[in-house]
Amino acid sequence: MATAAPARASRSRLRRLLGEQPIGYLFAAPFVLFLVGIYAYPFFYAIYMSFFDYFFSAPGAEVVRPFVGLANYARVLQDPLFHLAIRNVVIFLVINVPLTVAISMVLATALNAAIPLRTFFRAAYYIPYITASVAAVGIWLWLFSGFGLVDKILGPLAPNPSFLINGLWAMPIIALYVTWKGLGFYVLLYLAALQTIPKELYEASKVDGASPVASFFAVTVPGLRPATLLVVITAVITGANFFTEPYLLTGGGGPDNQSVSPVFLIYRFGIEQNHPGYAAAIGLLLAIGVLIISGINRFILERD
Amino acid sequence: MASATTEMAVARADPVETARPPEHRKKGSVPWVRLIALLIGALVFVFPFYYMVVSALQRNPNPNISGAFPNPASLSLDNFVAINSAINLARTLLNSGLFTGGVLLGTLVFGGLAGYALAQLHFRGRQGLFYTLILLLVLPFQLLMIPLYVLIARNFGLGDTLLGMILPFAINPTAVFIFRQFFLQLPSEMFEAARIDGASELAILVRVVAPLTRPAILTAMLITFIGPWNEFLWPFLITKRLELEPLAVALANYISTVAQRAANPYGTILAGAVVLAVPVVVLFLFFQRQFVESSIGSGVKG
Repeated sequence: MATAAPARASRSRLRRLLGEQPIGYLFAAPFVLFLVGIYAYPFFYAIYMSFFDYFFSAPGAEVVRPFVGLANYARVLQDPLFHLAIRNVVIFLVINVPLTVAISMVLATALNAAIPLRTFFRAAYYIPYITASVAAVGIWLWLFSGFGLVDKILGPLAPNPSFLINGLWAMPIIALYVTWKGLGFYVLLYLAALQTIPKELYEASKVDGASPVASFFAVTVPGLRPATLLVVITAVITGANFFTEPYLLTGGGGPDNQSVSPVFLIYRFGIEQNHPGYAAAIGLLLAIGVLIISGINRFILERD
Repeated sequence: MASATTEMAVARADPVETARPPEHRKKGSVPWVRLIALLIGALVFVFPFYYMVVSALQRNPNPNISGAFPNPASLSLDNFVAINSAINLARTLLNSGLFTGGVLLGTLVFGGLAGYALAQLHFRGRQGLFYTLILLLVLPFQLLMIPLYVLIARNFGLGDTLLGMILPFAINPTAVFIFRQFFLQLPSEMFEAARIDGASELAILVRVVAPLTRPAILTAMLITFIGPWNEFLWPFLITKRLELEPLAVALANYISTVAQRAANPYGTILAGAVVLAVPVVVLFLFFQRQFVESSIGSGVKG
């Protein structure tokens, strides 16, 4: 008895300190460790690396990696390939965002009714989104190969050299591909968002004598604003992130580096050429850029 | 992981509900305009897949318009034999399966535990922990790729190992959110009752929680499966040995090297693409509802 009472007292003090079920720490621990090891630590490691002339060495080997301060950043900002990659992200956004917003808004609105084959349409739009990029790129390679179906259909209108090996066309085709592949997700996102627009707004605009097209622009488009914000932010993230497309679709960012992407450069400099410090600096600059652009977007779209 | 950042971006959006069935419009106004728009859309989305299958089944795919509608008698499986001899489908499929299986196991066990703890167990700092996790997940992959490669392949010496391939994907954060959401919906009185009966937390986990989790497990498995099965960049970085390559990596390597030497390599490439795409598409067609509702719902509700 004498020992039980203090034990209980200390247990309840422990409870007060840690909460009712401290075993929760144990259950959450693997996930926390995972996030620390796979997200947090590499994040700080990337910052650290970007200030050094870092290179790979055998495990355990003692090597000197000189501290270079901001030199990596300065070199990245002057690198013409980095400028090309940023230009390509801009091309991507200019093509992807308007197309995604317009097409998925229209398709979602069309789907938002009692329509025959509704389930079929929903499934059809979603299939490219869930398909492996490597497989989908295989299809596009075939469709857009110099002697492929698209050139055959266009006949004399097809560009020469053909799309994927044409410096002017390579990047727009990548942007079209990514738009095509991701569109199904946004159709369903807009479809979900459509359910939140109060029906009274449509009725009111009908009473005011607005045509269906007019009420689409007066009610639907503003009502879908939060979803549109999401499309923009996701497009910025995707645009900064694509790799498989320039690597496979345009044969390594070709022709003549006209379709390089930032992540493709990170791969080329960081892993192929063994300058991970330089590649980490690209990654950080990119992450900062993405953060700023999404912040601005959020501010503009949510201001009123 | 790239998809994780996307999902997290989704999580920050304003809440919208998942699609409910549409209201029936007035009869008589047949929505022809809608239907035509939807049909054109479906054609653009589905035709490439039809074309993939049809071309993969032609020994030498015909690039002309007529090639899209071949004579059924001329179809053959030659391309599948060819891709199999080039990249050993059995081995690469097995590697894809092991990679995906490892991620599924890690996600269901550790992700399920974390989701349960974050939803139903009370411990100091739980809310703070949850928000810290959300914050961490917005770190973009392009930033983490190089340090992860240095850590896993160089410092830990896990290059060319299955473990090194699985590690960055070991617990799918979106699945953790799905689990958390699921456990939040369970009445906490149920757990209180078990505790009053003297059950330990472990006993509650095994006897009360685990049997109830089945629907959440299905959803979590479906959305987790796609990630590693389709993933290219990370396993591509981490594998140098052929014996360890998953199908996506082997096919990509075939496209970027071998294929350039062949005159019309597309039949073989497309046969490989069919093998890579079919498992996911079939799963999707079977479990369409879970797929759509979880990816939109979990993303948007966070």
